[in-house]
This record gives sequence, structure tokens and C-alpha cells, in this order.
Amino acid sequence: MNILNQLVSWFADPAHWSGSGGVPIRLLEHLYYSGLALLIGLVVALPIGLAVGHTGKGSFLIVGLANGLRALPELGVLILLVLFMGIGLIPVVIALSILAIPPLLAGAYAGIRNVDPAVVDAARGVGMREQQVLFKVELPNALPLILGGLRSAALQVIATAAVASFVSFGGFGRYIFDGLRIRDYPQMAAGALLVAALALAVEGVLALVQRSVVSPGLRASGGARRSPTADVASTPEPAQPDDPSPAPELAGVKR
Amino acid sequence: MIEFRGVTKRFPDGTVAVDNLDLKVDAGKITVFVGPSGCGKTTSLRMINRMIEPSDGQILVNGNDIMQSDAADLRRGIGYVIQHAGLFPHRTIVDNIATVPLLLGWNKIKARKRATELMEIVGLAPEMAQRYPSQLSGGQQQRVGVARALAADPPVLLMDEPFSAVDPVVRESLQDELLRLQSELGKTIVFVTHDIDEAVKLGDKVAVLRVGGKLAQYDEPGVLLARPVDDFVDNFVGRDRGYRGLGFLSSDEIPLGELKTVTIGEAAPAGEEWVLVVDGERRPQGWLGAEQREGLETVSADRLVPGGSLYEIGSGSLRSALDAALSSPSGQGVAVDAQGAVAGAISADDVLRALDATRRDEQPS
Amino acid sequence: MILWDWIPRNLGTIGQQLLQHLQLSLIPVVVALVVSVPLGWLANRSPALRAVLVPAAGLLYTIPSIVLFVMLPGVLGTRIDSPLNIQIALTVYTVALLVRSVADALAAVPSMVVAAATAMGFRPGRRFVSVELPLAVPVLIAGLRVATVSNISLVSVGALIGVGGLGALLTQGFQEFFPTKIIIGVVLIVVLALLADALLLLLGRYITPWVRAGAGARSKA
Ligand SMILES: Nc1ncnc2c1ncn2[C@@H]1O[C@H](COP(=O)(O)OP(=O)(O)OP(=O)(O)O)[C@@H](O)[C@H]1O
Ligand SMILES: [Mg+2]
Repeated sequence: MNILNQLVSWFADPAHWSGSGGVPIRLLEHLYYSGLALLIGLVVALPIGLAVGHTGKGSFLIVGLANGLRALPELGVLILLVLFMGIGLIPVVIALSILAIPPLLAGAYAGIRNVDPAVVDAARGVGMREQQVLFKVELPNALPLILGGLRSAALQVIATAAVASFVSFGGFGRYIFDGLRIRDYPQMAAGALLVAALALAVEGVLALVQRSVVSPGLRASGGARRSPTADVASTPEPAQPDDPSPAPELAGVKR
Repeated sequence: MIEFRGVTKRFPDGTVAVDNLDLKVDAGKITVFVGPSGCGKTTSLRMINRMIEPSDGQILVNGNDIMQSDAADLRRGIGYVIQHAGLFPHRTIVDNIATVPLLLGWNKIKARKRATELMEIVGLAPEMAQRYPSQLSGGQQQRVGVARALAADPPVLLMDEPFSAVDPVVRESLQDELLRLQSELGKTIVFVTHDIDEAVKLGDKVAVLRVGGKLAQYDEPGVLLARPVDDFVDNFVGRDRGYRGLGFLSSDEIPLGELKTVTIGEAAPAGEEWVLVVDGERRPQGWLGAEQREGLETVSADRLVPGGSLYEIGSGSLRSALDAALSSPSGQGVAVDAQGAVAGAISADDVLRALDATRRDEQPS
Repeated sequence: MILWDWIPRNLGTIGQQLLQHLQLSLIPVVVALVVSVPLGWLANRSPALRAVLVPAAGLLYTIPSIVLFVMLPGVLGTRIDSPLNIQIALTVYTVALLVRSVADALAAVPSMVVAAATAMGFRPGRRFVSVELPLAVPVLIAGLRVATVSNISLVSVGALIGVGGLGALLTQGFQEFFPTKIIIGVVLIVVLALLADALLLLLGRYITPWVRAGAGARSKA
């Protein structure tokens, strides 16, 4: 097939692997924006999600935010921020963090809320203080859903970081939009493939992380006792912890 | 010792779950709170470790007002077992049991060692140590719950319907296990149940609560069965209470009668009346009636009528004595000694006479 | 910040873009619904198929939309700015989301209910349509809501490669440095998404009256 040959020769060209426009640099750029945005998202969303989940105060806020933000077009958020703040790292990273927050928030909140109340009661009953209840019992039990939220957020951010190249920014999206401008389809397709490969790789790495940090005791139960997070996403059951596929049902997730 | 002094719990919605409760729980004994659903048993129990705070009144544990101590510290000194065990699903069995020692700052090795000891005490196989709660049966999980509560050796144990989620056979064995444990450990145990049979079986004293959180009667189980204070308690204690009450009366006074026996291998005795067949060590094997004896030359094990329940002298109650008499095909109950050898016969009439004597003794009090 | 009088002067264009936006986002939902019910049914009947279909759906869902928008012309031979690329890509996502929902929903139908229906003389096909499928409707509606809202928002990404309904307002607004267009675009997309969501919610309630009856009974207990 023609396009296949063109793609192969694009990837075989050493010029595409070196210099400031080469694949390694573009990869680092893409990872840098995404990682930074995810980090900011985590710093903002995790404490709020844990606190609201633990106390139950402000649940309506999370439910509303998670559902409402799903309707917001990522391209619009990005363009508006760039328009008002100027082209630069900060508006792009802010836009990406905003998109990362709903799934992170929903994951943390739903994770804590779904912990069996009898288990939390027992934690207090044996004499744990509130912080110990949260960090020694609720958090470890919420990890599958928290990490599910993290996976969704990471994919969302990587996808939108590619779109961010439209506002003249680096990362793999550069190949797509440069290619589009000069009618160079193989370059566009190569950029798209690189984005896809990165998304799959990150998904795979996070799945492995999930496997290694979630207690086997939670896996053994097979999620049988888990109740749906209907109040957050009004969608089907959340993904089970040992399921390799992501949890698209969590609010705020789009591709 | 635990003491309730005029304790009332009113929930924010106005529900009065416990109403002016005065009650002393004896140290080293099992005290059972029993009553219909919603009568405030759980609320009363949970006020002891401040999982619920009283609205009024005072609760003393060993003379100290519980409100004076830090809630978390208080709870670390009081074992707490709940219905579905409430085990931590993300922790192994041994780590679940070691929870309180670790909270108290023991080092990991010492805490795990203690947890392993406790697994043996509550009858859990050592190979379960590294399993997770979801890999255990309901009865096993409940044992882990008890072990976790006992881990730091607290003087007080609170148990809220700990055995109600398991099937009757398992429940029975968990109850026996608890009694065995208690005879060794001598904890002050407060036990909540809505099952009067469980209350009567386990309790040294039983507190019957009525809906609205009022104490209806607080007595030893025998007294509760013999003399309920009002219709509510009478109804709650249920049918057959007279018969079940016999279980709390000692049978030491009953005279033993003669019992005609024959050993396996001997010539079949003549006559019509029932004869008890025993083996070489005089352990009962079954009965021979007139029908079985027809054409029989030597007594063998294969033509016997099965016997009823046995009454063991020294450790029996009037209930087991009467049951032995009633369940025997000949109407004569078989009394055996500690080795299982036949000691004599018991008749229902003897039991009733002993019961009469007990009543007369109690009359003045 | 917003030039209000720009709106009435451009109502015609906005209307056209809105219409295109709806076509691009909703046709995939309908097509995907038709495709995923039989696929979900198959996945539920055969564990082997399920073992292939469900992870494959998950994998597809991992691929960012911009990737599919760009790759599809190369695979299908369509023009880069053909609406078909967007519609097919969004159909793929919606199917990926729904297949698993349908399979899970069908698996969750109590086997007693299926057995009772069989005992009453339903043949498998009839039983599926009149017993199992209706019981799966709530889950199906939930999946449809997520897919519809995401699609309406995702279509705008298509504007980057030349077809994106209201998304064109975003890209043009950026190139012309004209915030009015961007804000109108964003607001219309959000309103559209929330409207569609609400409509599906109502539709779901209307066709599954038994669900709410049950929920009411439960919340009282
Ligand atoms: N948090 C609460 N808020 C309001 N009312 C409550 C609360 N907890 C319990 N109650 C009410 O207090 C009463 C006593 O409840 P409690 O749980 O102590 O009953 P219980 O005797 O343990 O019953 P059960 O046998 O069903 O467990 C009930 O009427 C119950 O509805
Ligand atoms: Mg209770």
C-alpha cells in the first residue's frame, strides 16, 4: 500500500530523528506538557476528591463539575486560554490541567465513597484517628478507582496536548499541523501514529503501575461488592481493578 | 467494670434510641444486650467506645468517665467486633489482626508474632496468615474479627451481633468457641444480639431492652426465663421458656435409680421389661425390648433399639436430665459418669420432684 | 469582549454549522447503537468473542480522536476534509463504549428472569427483544448519554482538519483573533451537549418506568 510505504520511509529518514524537530525532542516536549499538566491536576484534584469523599461534604459540587465539564470542548478551552493569556507554556498547561481535573476528581471521590462503610466503621472502632482512617484504610481501598481516574486523565491530556500544537506548540501534534499546512500527508500520518503509540504506551505503563500498587486483596474480591458510581457519571459500572482496559465511563473522559 | 449512669441518646432527627439507661456490667463476665430490632442495642454498645456520643448521662469504664479520655486512645483499649467482621480488604489476615498493636506503636515483628499467636487461639490455620479477607469463609472472617479485637489484650470486648451473618451450624460452633475462650481469658464482654437463645446461652447476665431504648429487665438467664418481669419480656423470651429454664437449674439433687443391664455376648435375659445393653466397659449401646428378644439367644449389637440422650452426672442440668428420661425408649433416662459408664437410671418424676424442691428453696427470697 | 451585533448578522452561517455539528455527532450515535446491540449480544453469548471484543474496544478507546481523524483518510482513501472521517471515527468510539455496556447489561439480567421467560415459551429471538433487551435499556441509555455528550464536544476537534461544525468558529476565532466567535462556539457546543443529555435522560425515564418505581421503593427503605 502506498501510504504504508510512505510512512515507512518517513520513519526511516534519519533527518526525522535528530535536531529540534526530531522525534526524540518532540516526544520529550509532549511528555513535558502532559506530565506537568497531570501533576498540577493531581495536586488540585486529589486533595479535594479525598476530602469530599471522606467527609461527604460538597458531593454535589463534584457530581456537577464532573458531569458539566464533560460537555466542554477541549479545543475551545485551549483556544480561549491562549487567546487571553498569549501563546506560551502556561496557558496550554492550564488548559490541559483543567481537562485532567474532572476524571481525577471523580476517581478520587468515587473511590473513597465506594469503600465499604462497615470497613470504615471498623477502622474508627479499632482506634484510628481520622487521618489514619483516610490514609491507612480509605485510600488503599480507593486506589483502583483513583488510578482508573489517573489513566483517563493521562489519556485525555496526551490527546489534547496533540491538539495544542495547533496553537503553534511543540509535541507530536507539530507533525500533524505542519503536515496539514504543507499538504504532506505522510508527515501527518506519522505524527498521528506517534500520538497513538504514546497513548498506548502510557496506558500500558499505568496499567502495570496499577497492578503493582493495588493490594491483591482487592483484586481477589473481583469487585463483586463494588457499587456503581452512578451518582458521578450516571454510567455503567466502573472498570474492575484488574481489567486492562481503561475506565471510559468515568466522567470527563473523551478521546 | 462498665457503668451506665442515666445515659440517654437522642439523635439529631429526634429519635430517642436509648432512654435514661442505668446499668452495671460486671468485670470478667459476659453481659448480653438483647431486644427487638431498633430497641437501641447497637447504640448502647457503641456509646461505650464513643463511636456514638451520649446526649445525656455518664458512662464509666473502670471508674473513669469515657468522655475524659481521647476517643481514639479509648478505642485502642477496647476490642470491637461487628457483624460482617469489617475486615480491611486490602490487608492480609495477619496484618488485619496486628492492626491495634501497630497503632499502639509495637514494632512490626512483635505485632506479627502476637497476631500469629492469636490465629491459633481463635482456631485459624497458620497457612491463612498471608491470605486476604475475601479468600476466607464467613465463619473464618468472623474468627479473624475476634482475633483482631483481642490483639492488644484489651480488658473489655464489645461484640455487635458478631455471629448473625453465618449459618446456624457455624454460629453454634463460634458460640462454643467464644465460651471456651472466655473461660481462659476472663474478659469483660458486652455482647449484642436479637436472638434470645444466643443471649441465654452466652450471657452471665442478660439485659432485655424494649423499643424506645428502655431497660426492661436485667438478670441472670435462669431468672429471666423463670420470672420475666412483665408481658413484654415474657413474650420476648418466647415459648418453651419453662422447659428452657430447666437448663439453668442444677440436677445434683436427683437420686439415681436401679437400671437393669446386660452385656453384649451374654445370654438374652428372660422377661418382658426393657433392658439396657452395655459393652465391656459398661458404656450404653442400646435397648432390648420384648419384641427384640423374641427368639434371641445371645445379645448382639445388631438388634438394639437406639437409646436417647445421655445425662452426665455432675455436669448436667435439670434440662438434660429430663431430656434423657423423655428420649429414652424405656422411659428411664440413662445417667453416665465422666468416663461414659452407666451409673444409674433417671425418671421424669424424679426430675419434677427435684424441680419442686428447688422452687421451695427459692420461695423466701 | 463579545460583539453582540455579530450574532444576528451571521445567524445563517451559525445555523448551518450547528446543523453540520448535529449531523457529525449524532449520526455516529445512531449507527453505533445499531451495530453494538448485536455485537454486545454476541459478546455476552460467547466468552471467546467477549475475550476479544471487550479488550479491543478498550484499546480503541485509548486512541485519541485526532489520530483517527488523520489516519482514516489514509486507510479508507477518503479526502482529508471529508465528513465521513469524523463520522466513522466517532462511530468507532461509540461502538467501543457501547459494546461493553451492552454485554455487561445483558450479563446482569438475572438468569431467573431469562429462565422464567423461556419456561413461558419465548423463543430466543423473541425473548431477547421483549425481555433481555428492555432490562438492558437503562445501562444502554447511560452509555448513550456519555457517548453523545463526548461526540458533540469531539466534533470540534475535526475543525482542525477542516470539518468540525461549530468547531470552525473556534479555529476561525483563533486565526482572526476574534473572541466573539470562540465564545459563541463554546457556549453553543456546551448547550447542545447538555440538551442532548437531558433529552436522552428523559427518553430513558419514559421508556423504563419500572426503574424509577423500583428506585423510589428502595430509597424509602
Ligand atoms: N444515626 C442515626 N440517626 C437517627 N436515628 C438513628 C441513628 N442510628 C440509629 N437510629 C435509631 O435509633 C434506634 C435504635 O437503633 P439501634 O441501631 O441502636 O437499634 P438496634 O437495637 O441495634 O437494632 P437492630 O437489632 O436492628 O440492630 C432505631 O430506631 C434507629 O432507627
Ligand atoms: Mg444493631
